[in-house]
Amino acid sequence: MDHLVPPDQHDAFGIRINRDQSPLLAGAVPWVTILLASLAPLSPIIAPAPVLPPLAFMLLVAWRLLRPQVLPLWAGFPLGLFDDLYSGQPFGSGIMLFSLAMIALDLIDGRFPWRNFLQNWGAACALIVAYLMIAGLVSGAQLTFVQLRVLLPQILLAIILFPLVASLVALFDRLRLLRVRRLT
Amino acid sequence: MAPPAAHRSGANKRAQLGLFAGYVVAGSGALLGAFLLIISLWSPETFAGLRSMAADLASPAGRAGAAGRVESRSVFEAIGGYYRAGSRNAELEREIAIARVRLAEAEALRRENDRLKAVLRVTRGENRPVAVARLIGSTSSSARRFAYLSAGRTQGVRAGMPVTSPLGLVGRVLEAGSYSSRVLLLTDSESMVPVRRAGDDVLAFAEGRADGLLRVRLINLGINPLKVGDVFVTSGAGGLFRPGIAVAVAVRITEDGAIAQLLSNPAASDVVTVEPIWQRPAVQALEVIDQGLPLPGASADAGAAPATGSPLPIPTPTATRTGSPTPVAPATPADQPPAAGPAAD
Repeated sequence: MDHLVPPDQHDAFGIRINRDQSPLLAGAVPWVTILLASLAPLSPIIAPAPVLPPLAFMLLVAWRLLRPQVLPLWAGFPLGLFDDLYSGQPFGSGIMLFSLAMIALDLIDGRFPWRNFLQNWGAACALIVAYLMIAGLVSGAQLTFVQLRVLLPQILLAIILFPLVASLVALFDRLRLLRVRRLT
Repeated sequence: MAPPAAHRSGANKRAQLGLFAGYVVAGSGALLGAFLLIISLWSPETFAGLRSMAADLASPAGRAGAAGRVESRSVFEAIGGYYRAGSRNAELEREIAIARVRLAEAEALRRENDRLKAVLRVTRGENRPVAVARLIGSTSSSARRFAYLSAGRTQGVRAGMPVTSPLGLVGRVLEAGSYSSRVLLLTDSESMVPVRRAGDDVLAFAEGRADGLLRVRLINLGINPLKVGDVFVTSGAGGLFRPGIAVAVAVRITEDGAIAQLLSNPAASDVVTVEPIWQRPAVQALEVIDQGLPLPGASADAGAAPATGSPLPIPTPTATRTGSPTPVAPATPADQPPAAGPAAD
């Protein structure tokens, strides 16, 4: 419990009388939100070109940057596997890229322990650009100039949307730390 | 933000070991992913079962969303319809009057066509749709263009079947699960459809481009006869798609063909129809040829060979290698298939 909800994340009133955070909620919310974002291809948008940003990957990065401890280092493997089932990429590309992103974020964390949001955004941008480039490279589609040109709007959209995703993750984090468990 | 207290291990042996184990697990996860990626690039069908199972499980959510998409669009259309209702109405009345005449003419032509076909002893191929379904999603963030369809093997959908909407061709089924299937859209860069210009017999291939347009490449190079506004329909070569399904309209002329826009935007289609493979024997023969002759150089002359060499029952003109992603310019003008197709089996 303590590694999921450290004491400094208790709310302003400390632990409320008779209510505490639920370990299930605190542990499951990041996983569930990222898995749900992986289901975005089944949303009613039928796109003629790649337009949607990689939501699951962005959520993973945002969770990892906001709460480094809620996702273990190996979380990229199961999350990437699930993403591969729906994303349309060849099986394995999500596993590899999500795992590499987790390792990269851990290295960033070790090298730059104190960061502000702009630096987080920069790190996320670098990761998202690398992810989209490599994913396009290994997707099995023919690499043409048109393909690269289509990638640009998607990259820009993902970069612009990252602060929104980060604040969404902050919202989910409050949900995660809700005091719902009744202490007897 | 503040560095988390437990991130660095310090002198704690156990924490060091845990951190190291985490790196080992994550690193081997990445390696395993790379390995799986190589396998699935090598043979894309390897994980098809896993994928279609997952799509089956999640398809109810997509189905609800697809219904919502159609309904929300019709709400907007209904609101928009109130504007200019009077002038629109008059215009439509006039168009209907013209269309009635045209319909009667078309009916007469159809009768004449049937009669002529009866004279030529061409049986009209059975062309009832296999299933009517909705597109419930697409890979909107990947560089590949797949869509998910809300019908699968239990409805009779099989891999390879063409998917059409009332406005034209949408794609073909790539993998069929039990209750859902994956469709390769025409705009995917691996998709290639043999087409001809509606009205005459200018043959071409329509390749997908990444940006939602099609690249039409003429088979006979020379003076480019295409013009902006030309409509392309399927030619029936290769045996997968029946001839005459509308595909695209040219919007820009290039050196070796044209850039064309899809006629049936998959995003705007309410329901789509899954049609049977037009000439299954031809497609099966192609698959046999593909498996039997691994050398691409050897299959180039095999395109015309099966009619003479192979014991398979192949309708001759359609057995050119046009359905496969690596085109070999067909030796025959592959556009007169009805004469030999369904009558052969």
